[in-house]
Amino acid sequence: MAAHAHTVKRYRGLMDWLTTVDHKKIGILYLIAGGLFFLIGGLEAILIRIQLIKPMNNFVSADTFNELITMHGTTMIFLAAMPLLFALMNAVIPLQIGARDVAFPFLNALGFWTFFFGGLLLNISWFTGHVPDAGWTSYVPLASPTYSEGAGVDYYVLGLQIAGIGTLLGGINFMATIINMRAPGMSFMRMPMFTWTIFITSALIVFAFPVLTVGLVALMFDRLFFANFFETAAGGSGVLWEHIFWVFGHPEVYILILPAFGIISEVVSTFSRKRLFGYSSMVFATVLIAFLGFMVWAHHMFTTGLGPVANALFSIATMLIAVPTGIKIFNWLFTLWGGSIRFTAASLFGIGFIPTFVMGGVTGVMLASAPADYQYHDTYFVVAHFHYVIVGGLMFGIFAGMFYWWPKMFGRLLNETLGKITFFTFFIGFHLTFFVQHFLGLLGMPRRVWTYLDGQGLNGMNLISTIGAILMGIATIVMLINIAVTSLKRPNAANDPWEDGRTLEWSIPSPPPEYNFKQIPLVRGYDAWWKEKMEGKKAMTPAEPPGPIHMPSPSILPFFMSVGLFISGFGFIYDKLFLAIGGLAVTLICMLLRSVFDDHGFHIEEHEQEKGVTA
Amino acid sequence: MSTHQHAEGQLPHEPEKATLEGRNKILGFWLFLGAETALFGTLFSAFLALRHNIGDGPSPQHLFELPMVFAATMILLTSSLMSVFAVQAMHRHKVKEMVGWLIATIVLGLAFLGLEIYEFNTYVSEGHKMTTSAFSSSFYTLVGFHGAHVAFGVLWIGLLILQIFKKGLTVVTAPKIYVSAIYWHFIDVVWVFIFTVVYLMGKVG
Repeated sequence: MAAHAHTVKRYRGLMDWLTTVDHKKIGILYLIAGGLFFLIGGLEAILIRIQLIKPMNNFVSADTFNELITMHGTTMIFLAAMPLLFALMNAVIPLQIGARDVAFPFLNALGFWTFFFGGLLLNISWFTGHVPDAGWTSYVPLASPTYSEGAGVDYYVLGLQIAGIGTLLGGINFMATIINMRAPGMSFMRMPMFTWTIFITSALIVFAFPVLTVGLVALMFDRLFFANFFETAAGGSGVLWEHIFWVFGHPEVYILILPAFGIISEVVSTFSRKRLFGYSSMVFATVLIAFLGFMVWAHHMFTTGLGPVANALFSIATMLIAVPTGIKIFNWLFTLWGGSIRFTAASLFGIGFIPTFVMGGVTGVMLASAPADYQYHDTYFVVAHFHYVIVGGLMFGIFAGMFYWWPKMFGRLLNETLGKITFFTFFIGFHLTFFVQHFLGLLGMPRRVWTYLDGQGLNGMNLISTIGAILMGIATIVMLINIAVTSLKRPNAANDPWEDGRTLEWSIPSPPPEYNFKQIPLVRGYDAWWKEKMEGKKAMTPAEPPGPIHMPSPSILPFFMSVGLFISGFGFIYDKLFLAIGGLAVTLICMLLRSVFDDHGFHIEEHEQEKGVTA
Repeated sequence: MSTHQHAEGQLPHEPEKATLEGRNKILGFWLFLGAETALFGTLFSAFLALRHNIGDGPSPQHLFELPMVFAATMILLTSSLMSVFAVQAMHRHKVKEMVGWLIATIVLGLAFLGLEIYEFNTYVSEGHKMTTSAFSSSFYTLVGFHGAHVAFGVLWIGLLILQIFKKGLTVVTAPKIYVSAIYWHFIDVVWVFIFTVVYLMGKVG
């Protein structure tokens, strides 16, 4: 083996981050980029709420308001929530399954950079003055060239297309990783719950994102090449866009929430010091939710006029999802039941998640009832519902995951006091903002409208909602302060900083060395690390002798491939064919180089391992 | 873990599956084809939803020349067979034979592309353009996506042939040949559906 040790250039500083193929560093990149977009999306939300603080307000113009709601939704879903999940996935999954990296480290880097440049392209629209303003669902004919003339919707189409490539690559990568790279002894039914949910989420990504790709291509052809997919006058169909968008869009919401379920399962189990209740039913429920998630897209289209039979079927299918979701809720409650619970910031977010998400679920079943939906449709009731599941569900999950895995990612525990302040401010702010919106919706306040009249009984609740939004903003600022304060501290986290860690990531140093596991561990049961600890062992039993570890080389190609797509996107938006083709050529040439020059990687010899190469 | 530990020695019977990297590549590629299935599935759905909306343009019965499309189908099916022979030759470590079959694969692929370009050209001259109707837009997008996949496959397999000349058959190059072959079969299967759904159903109305 030693004969194959290749010398490889190792970069430092910025070049290290641009060329890294290490899943832990890519996780940090996702966290930073996703966090940045989260702040942008959050700022947009605050601006929306300030506009709605009083009737007939003139804080932003109607056009700007349209741009704000469009960009807020698009940014939060595609550029904040998903990347933050990808951050945790990257940071944790290979560690949880006892692997040294993901199946395709190069593709992992490529996935990050395409997401990043796609997001950049979308957000550059603020500076060019052509901002997407047709809603995050970009329904036609509003988004058609007839009614959205400028380049705004083109930014949406191409930005999401490029970012979507990154997401798809990530989905394929994590599926292959979880299938092929598990440590010896880790059967599917011994995988941690977070790994299971990421596995299922990745499968959803693989089958849902290509649908969005086609939808965006069709809209792009309509807008740029005068095709007629959605042009009614030439035989096209606007309803087709709705179908395509929601065939993607509904699985997308499960892509978002399933990882949160996984995080909550880990956090609740760890901080109750108990094995997750009903593990196999949790797995079953996850798979069932994912399966049903593909069968329910038309519940977003009850008022489109598909007819009573279609509405009835989609209505029932949607309500069915409450069953596996209910299984999960009860399993978490039974895990907490009789546990010796520790109320850390992570576990507070985990415990706060449960009632909040249940409320989102209840309104979900209400919305699933097609006749009643005619009343709720396009009102703030819907806004309240999906913020309860996405913020109250997903964001609580992400916060819980961040507090929980921060020491594993950075070697430092976040400050608990500041963390609890974040939790309580965010929790109260969240419910203030969105609870009243249920009633605003029932009173008939339409969503996506930039203002409302006085004297309709909407004033007080809108004011409360805005105050709540500002509280959530404060909570986010406290979180940022926490991150800043923590990063100034010396690394202090032990291997198993919560002391009750159950899964493999807690059996190795925080942060782990570049190669994660010096020796791949042998997994002897569910909650592999907990099992060893309970038998009095201080480390996992290795499954292989120590030896030189093979590592993939860093590469700048993923960065340039994404820059190529970014340039090409600009070319398409502004009808500059040479830019469009030139950008694609850059990407294709990088692909060619990647194919022609083999990556031999390099080895970390045993004596270098002892010195402890840091991640 | 080394990617090329067998390179100098004896090549295993299935060199594409000899390393973890190779096995990852094959699994990842199958998953990618799953995504491609969803992609073409959506394109087919859009086409099926819009195919009767021909507007002022020519009808599919008037446009489609079945004998030529049938010839194209046969050419593509044969090229898929050629890539099967290439993989079989690879398993027998007959590198020259494998390259021969690969060249046959891309020559037939190019013939298919030639016919498709000729076909599209004829359609455009008959007033069936991208902008004519919803039918024409979804037709060109579906069949064009397939054509682009064929073109990419031809370039890719061409590049792999050059790599085989340079690097020989190793546990690094073998998985590439293998996944390019499953890609090629996948494109072939998609075409079978296009032939049925677009052309045959178009002819009978």
